[in-house]
Amino acid sequence: MAVIPQTVDALTSATEPREGWRAAVGDFILQRPLGAAGAAIILLMVALAASADVLAPFDPLTTDYGAMLSAPGPGHWLGTDAFGRDVLSRIVYGSRTALMVGLGASLIGAVFGALIGVGSAYFGGRVDLVVQRVMDVFFAFPVIILALAVVAILGTGVGNVILAIATPMVPRCARVVRASALAVRETPYVDAARAAGFGHGRIILRHMLPNVMAPLLIMATAFLGEAILLESSLSFLGLGVQEPTAAWGLMLRGAAVEFAESAPWMAFFPGLAISLAVFGFNLFGDSLRDALDPRLRTQ
Amino acid sequence: MAFYILKRLLAIIPTLFGVAVLIFLLLRVVPGDVVEARYMGEGGQFQSQELMQLERKKLGLDQPLWKQFTTWMAGLARLDFGISMWTGAPITEEIKLRFALSLQLALMASTIATLLAIPLGILAAIKQDTWVDYAVRVFSIAGLAMPSFWLGILMILGMLIIFKWLPPMVFTPLWVNPWENLAQLIWPALAVGYRYSAVSTRMMRSAMLEVLREDYIRTARAKGLWLKLILSRHALKNAILPVLTIISLEFAFLLGGLVVTEQVFNLNGLGMLFVEGIARRDYTLTQALVMLVATFFLTVNFVVDIAYAWLDPRIRYR
Repeated sequence: MAVIPQTVDALTSATEPREGWRAAVGDFILQRPLGAAGAAIILLMVALAASADVLAPFDPLTTDYGAMLSAPGPGHWLGTDAFGRDVLSRIVYGSRTALMVGLGASLIGAVFGALIGVGSAYFGGRVDLVVQRVMDVFFAFPVIILALAVVAILGTGVGNVILAIATPMVPRCARVVRASALAVRETPYVDAARAAGFGHGRIILRHMLPNVMAPLLIMATAFLGEAILLESSLSFLGLGVQEPTAAWGLMLRGAAVEFAESAPWMAFFPGLAISLAVFGFNLFGDSLRDALDPRLRTQ
Repeated sequence: MAFYILKRLLAIIPTLFGVAVLIFLLLRVVPGDVVEARYMGEGGQFQSQELMQLERKKLGLDQPLWKQFTTWMAGLARLDFGISMWTGAPITEEIKLRFALSLQLALMASTIATLLAIPLGILAAIKQDTWVDYAVRVFSIAGLAMPSFWLGILMILGMLIIFKWLPPMVFTPLWVNPWENLAQLIWPALAVGYRYSAVSTRMMRSAMLEVLREDYIRTARAKGLWLKLILSRHALKNAILPVLTIISLEFAFLLGGLVVTEQVFNLNGLGMLFVEGIARRDYTLTQALVMLVATFFLTVNFVVDIAYAWLDPRIRYR
């Protein structure tokens, strides 16, 4: 519920919202400190991934058998793994893998989910019914099982992992988008577009899709964190990103568990990186949802 | 109502059929089959082609796809899962103990999630936008962010370093030795339960926030009713339905979706069986597993829907 302006000053400032992206960013930080913290973590991660070549003290792939399993210290800040590779450098480079998989999977999932959802709502009737039944089938699979099945078919590696993670996201996205698109379909401007004789593709892409962007954006942000988690789970099982690529889930696998007692840093820091990254995306996504869903707004 | 129940029950069948077709085809698209997986695994070299063909014939893999599918469907209709292509043992036997383990773990984790989510969610809603609310939200979002397998590794590590003690690594059924059983399963249940409480906590919070703004809450407050009574009698009753839905649906997914946690805690549950089944191209076993998990999920879904209609008289079904 909007606050009713009490004075003339308040009235003018209420009718003229502050303009510009600086003001918008400032408002976001003030009103949603948790969301801003999340955004800060995300920015940090992006910066880390972008300047990995400069920031990482060692090459993430170079093995140093003289320094196997060394504890965190001045040489290797976060220690080394069973091959003498620098844990910090591998974490820094791992942010690239995580971001690539996270962005790739949620982008693919959101695009296909949105097209299916809007298309299903637009055509309605029998098309909608069939599409919804097919989505129901996908819903009956636990996410990780579906992802594992796709990996089994396509094989491991970054590209295939992206597709495997995007697959279970498509039906989830489609369902949410369809719900919003059903309302959009009934609006006069869609009727007008139809009356003007526009084709299905144009109406779906130009008139309906832009109007379901808010729920789509919320879904995609929520997916980002989930995709990073799923990637680390797959890699941890040995069915995701493969050695020697630096990936956080992969770093927790094998030797990290085997030597956990004598070299706990190997198991600790990569997990911390995963948690922090997902935490950032979730905080941001949460605040975004709060900001875009007026029902939950503080009065 | 009776008609609605029947309609919903019948709607499960086409979905299950879709699941069957999907997993049947997916598995056939995976390169290789059980015969190759076995002989590649043993010697690293293929056996003679004739021998492999003979094996395939024995397993019915030489049949056309539609025939394999109808044979499987006919078996399913009689609730006969058949035998595992890898071990040759009846699938019911293969799955039985693992199902017990996965079900128990899912139940324990859901209980922990519920016990965390409901009080925390209510607390956060009452104290909205105070430090309590922020603390609860950070706690729950952190739970969502931490991979439960990492939490598991940390737990094992902590117990090992601090207490010099490790939970038992071999599964003992509850009915054999309850103490041993709980000593093993409580840790994965905690790790998973914490993670899964996050979504329900947030749901509890937002549902509660919505309900607290309703007119009847204001009325109850205006007539001077005790806050605790308002919360338990008026607010909780109306806010808890969506939370229960989330918890039950998560419970349904926990049955087959704990692949990674099972790996960390060395639990031979359904998730690990699925990974093994795919690696060995054990079509019959993997298919049976997927059908089991999907049926379980759809049944829970169905029960939740019916419970909804029963608990909330405002909902009218056609």
